[in-house]
Amino acid sequence: MSPSVVVLDYGVGNLLNMVRALEHCGAAVRVAERGGASLANASRLVLPGVGAFGDGMAELRARGLDELVLRHAQTGRPFLGICVGMQMLFDVSEEMGEHPGLGLLAGRVKAVPAVGADGRAHRIPHIGWKALEPRRDWQGTLLSDTQPGERVYFVHSYAPVPDHEEVRLADTDYDGVNICAAVMRGNLYGCQFHPERSASPGLHMLRRFLAA
Amino acid sequence: MTRHIRVIPRLDIKGNNLIKGIHLEGLRVVGDPQEFALRYYAEGADELVFVDIVASLYQRNNLSDIIKRAANQIYVPITVGGGIRSLDDVSRMMHSGADKVAINTAAIARPDLIAEVARRYGSQCMVLGVEAKRVADSHWEVYTDNGRQRTGRDVVAWVRQAVELGAGEVMLTSVDQEGTRKGFDIPLLQAVCTAVTVPVIASGGFGRAIDAPAAAAAGVSAIAVADALHWRRMGIGQIKQATQAAGWDVRMEIPS
Repeated sequence: MSPSVVVLDYGVGNLLNMVRALEHCGAAVRVAERGGASLANASRLVLPGVGAFGDGMAELRARGLDELVLRHAQTGRPFLGICVGMQMLFDVSEEMGEHPGLGLLAGRVKAVPAVGADGRAHRIPHIGWKALEPRRDWQGTLLSDTQPGERVYFVHSYAPVPDHEEVRLADTDYDGVNICAAVMRGNLYGCQFHPERSASPGLHMLRRFLAA
Repeated sequence: MTRHIRVIPRLDIKGNNLIKGIHLEGLRVVGDPQEFALRYYAEGADELVFVDIVASLYQRNNLSDIIKRAANQIYVPITVGGGIRSLDDVSRMMHSGADKVAINTAAIARPDLIAEVARRYGSQCMVLGVEAKRVADSHWEVYTDNGRQRTGRDVVAWVRQAVELGAGEVMLTSVDQEGTRKGFDIPLLQAVCTAVTVPVIASGGFGRAIDAPAAAAAGVSAIAVADALHWRRMGIGQIKQATQAAGWDVRMEIPS
């Protein structure tokens, strides 16, 4: 039987490519626009994300999807937040004001520094194929089929800064500035990059998620 | 610091065909866009850009099917441009599989469209398409409709305004160099890269592999390549090797 995934649609982002990538990896995908009892037993949840943090969180709450994510996280079943969907796992974001997130992971979402380690301005948004560097052993995680240094696709202007070192799974480097690229706590995963747009390394990661 | 440089095949579309022209006129059919898009994905394209080159002129938009087919088999970002005039058009492209849209003519006509797209989909989705024509030393004018229509706007001033409104990236095409294979308009790239801090994609004029590191040195974050790839004069790997050899950070991996 195909592994099943529920992709949460909060009306802001574009889910199509996420759904296609998961289906390509063998998943039976269901898209959910509202929270509800029928989703309480979902085996896996994906929270994609583009657009602004504040608008996204507001929509998530309006649709009851915030509660769904919180309850799902308590069950210990696999969860994957992508880009803004990863940022929403944290306490608060500084994007266009100050907006509370889901608070599942301790830390703040901050603007990617406008200058590199040498003090010179660099391009924002941070866009491109950047290498993943381990912050802990990847064995047994979604990155267990990924080699350190493999490149994945980033496009973002904000990134989370976790309070606790132990949730950090991978970083990437932007001109000497460390950027949190992936986090995990148990089966709760988040990645700042876009696995659905990251060719083979991204698809490998999604396959691991479907096997989790 | 070593800047990361993306190599982006640009597929100009007319009707159902991939086309290519000189100075954006005298169009020639190259082939089936899907066949070329799949080849470029396999060769390690970092993203793909599709531009419907007649949409602005004839007020129609027929890219959806081409994008749907491509997005079904391609797992790198896809940007779509040409004839996108409204949030509804953006929505249709996003639901066809586009990750970003490039907007030129409609943004000139109504700059607030930039802010609306950025607000709804995020700045990273809103690519400003610019067609620049040299009018004097260090001075370029914005054109629309594939270099046919002048606007009276200064390129540098317009790009600054568009970035303030929320454009997250600039695809900068030199009307003078487009289709000539004589290299990018380096002073143009320098002027725009100095004026804004968002990433800039160089487009128009790529001919030899060394044109890529030359554009990188001018400050861009990506280069768009069309006919050199379409006619197989060069492969994506060759362009990337030349860029890497010059000291820039490049993704050399190809999908397995």
